[in-house]
Amino acid sequence: MEQLVQKLKEEIITALNLSEMKPENIDEKAPLFVDGLGLDSIDALELTVLLEKKYGLKIQTSEEGKKVLYSVRSMAEFIRENNKG
Amino acid sequence: MKGTYAISGYCLIRGNKVIRDEKLLFTGKGGSFSDFALENYRHFSVSYPKFHKMDNLGKLGFLSAEILLKDRNLTGKYPGEKVGIILSNCSSSLDTDRNHQKTIASRSNYFPSPAVFVYTLPNVVIGEICIKHKFFGEGNFFVMEKFNPSFIVDYITQLFDNDIFDCCITGWTEIDGNNFESVLFLIEKSTKTETGIANFGTAAIESIFNRK
Amino acid sequence: MRDVYISADNIITPVGFTTGENAAAILAGKTGIQLIDDEKMSPVPFYASLVDSKVLNNRFSLFDNPANYTRFEQMAICSVKDALSKTDIVLTGERTLFILSTTKGNIDLLEKDPESKRLYLWDTAHLLQKYFSFRNEPLVISDACISGVQAVITGARLIRAGLYDTCVINGTDIISEFVLSGFNSFKSLSTGPCRPFDKTRDGLSLGEGSGTIILTSYSSAGDSRKIIAGEGFSTNDANHISGPSRTGEGLFIAIDRTLKKNPFNIDFISAHGTATPYNDEMESIAITRAGLQEVPVNSFKGYWGHTLGAAGVIESIMSIYSIRNSILFSTLGFREPGVSNPLNILNTSVKKEINNCLKIASGFGGCNAAIMFYGK
Repeated sequence: MEQLVQKLKEEIITALNLSEMKPENIDEKAPLFVDGLGLDSIDALELTVLLEKKYGLKIQTSEEGKKVLYSVRSMAEFIRENNKG
Repeated sequence: MKGTYAISGYCLIRGNKVIRDEKLLFTGKGGSFSDFALENYRHFSVSYPKFHKMDNLGKLGFLSAEILLKDRNLTGKYPGEKVGIILSNCSSSLDTDRNHQKTIASRSNYFPSPAVFVYTLPNVVIGEICIKHKFFGEGNFFVMEKFNPSFIVDYITQLFDNDIFDCCITGWTEIDGNNFESVLFLIEKSTKTETGIANFGTAAIESIFNRK
Repeated sequence: MRDVYISADNIITPVGFTTGENAAAILAGKTGIQLIDDEKMSPVPFYASLVDSKVLNNRFSLFDNPANYTRFEQMAICSVKDALSKTDIVLTGERTLFILSTTKGNIDLLEKDPESKRLYLWDTAHLLQKYFSFRNEPLVISDACISGVQAVITGARLIRAGLYDTCVINGTDIISEFVLSGFNSFKSLSTGPCRPFDKTRDGLSLGEGSGTIILTSYSSAGDSRKIIAGEGFSTNDANHISGPSRTGEGLFIAIDRTLKKNPFNIDFISAHGTATPYNDEMESIAITRAGLQEVPVNSFKGYWGHTLGAAGVIESIMSIYSIRNSILFSTLGFREPGVSNPLNILNTSVKKEINNCLKIASGFGGCNAAIMFYGK
């Protein structure tokens, strides 16, 4: 799990061009939107593209999206649960 | 013409050089545009995380405006809705259009990106400058083969005459791969004697635009 | 300052190849939007309003060889040609300017012929300029979804300022895989035909169209009912490059400034009304802030879809048609109010004498525009 969280942080930084950010600056439990990293609606859509592209996972509804994209940890949990097999 | 308008400043980026108001401020190392943009971002101490999310046209226009407006306090001088931005270029957003096309080139690797697609419109660079500086005024993007000083001067003069804005950022912001060129002018209601470089007119705009 | 009159116009959409045909189709409740399942355009089926290529080819081959022109060019040429046939002003002199409003031009060539010069919007405009023997260097306006309204505002200003006497303004966009994939990645596409301002609206339907409007300072030109293109304004939200402002700031300023320049009681508003949840909500806020919540409002998107760079031109033309023919058109797809500030949305077409119309639009990049048309 910790490895996945670390990898996800790096992927998020690349996908969202957060060039001035380092993985250790991202609190995995903190909300990604509103405060947190100050991400916006395009970033949210971009994160769904990331989940699809790198992990083959589709977010079906906007409610699910809000839950999954809450934090790095919730994204990692979503990946782990859905990649079990 | 009802009033007199002045070119109160300009920023010219061409051939890895950055000139503002007759002074050479920066020379890049001659790498790719991305390298050049980042060197400028650091050199002029811009601090704006959103910059890194912009496409190349966005970065070029945004940087040009940052350098042009540095220490001028336009926001204090004019209400936001009286500042306009009228830009032009040759390739529209083709540079980013090609990037978007790559994301949909094959069905097995089909991942269109909203962060790329949003920049497949040339006027988005106007939005980026407006967001940074809280400008709410007139915006327009023209696509033309070559920069057309006489049209730009005629058009902007009548916008000033009709009180559409009190201050305008105008010029040319063009990028196609690693070929890039940006010349932005700051035009204000006043005469040369009060402020600036020259009275606003075709000859002055043309002569600044053609500076090497 | 001199007035700017509407001399002639044309609208091409799937439901008609002239302004009159489009008006008749709207009154009959016809829409061009349908479910399209075409793997070449999109991996998933989508709702859109597309001009039939065969119909377009047949129309075009009545006067020229379609093989020499792209779909975009064929649509634009058909539209300009029809509008020119409806005016007797000489347009090949130095007092005429041709303006092209488009977001993407021949963008479908990016896949088929990526090195083509025709990908450059100014090159496409040159081709059209030469086709019709317009003398001056053409002007291309590309301001996302406000392009069409912005082109009409710009053309009218150039004439008022005396720089030209006549502007032939064409707005055209085609729908390709390029545009579909982008709007789909934004999750902006509707799951059925779009439903502007409706409670159940869930996105926009894209559409293809071409419109031509001829603006002129010659008061003797055109219809007996003189319609004037008044001053308009464009603004920026200075808020976000894709999301509409939550306060409707930019659109409010555009409307407010337009009302101050044209002090009328507004009879009718032709809204942008794309049917995305955020756009329609934002428009309701801006219209209410401007004190126009009682004014009849419609959106044409339910008939034609969102025609991007053509939208502002064809919707302006149909609004002018409304003034000329004393008819207000309904908003197809609208059933139940679904915006937080209630508006007077037209849900049936009604005969009514009106003298003016406010046309508004908003788009990516945070841009907004408003213009006024009125009878003399």
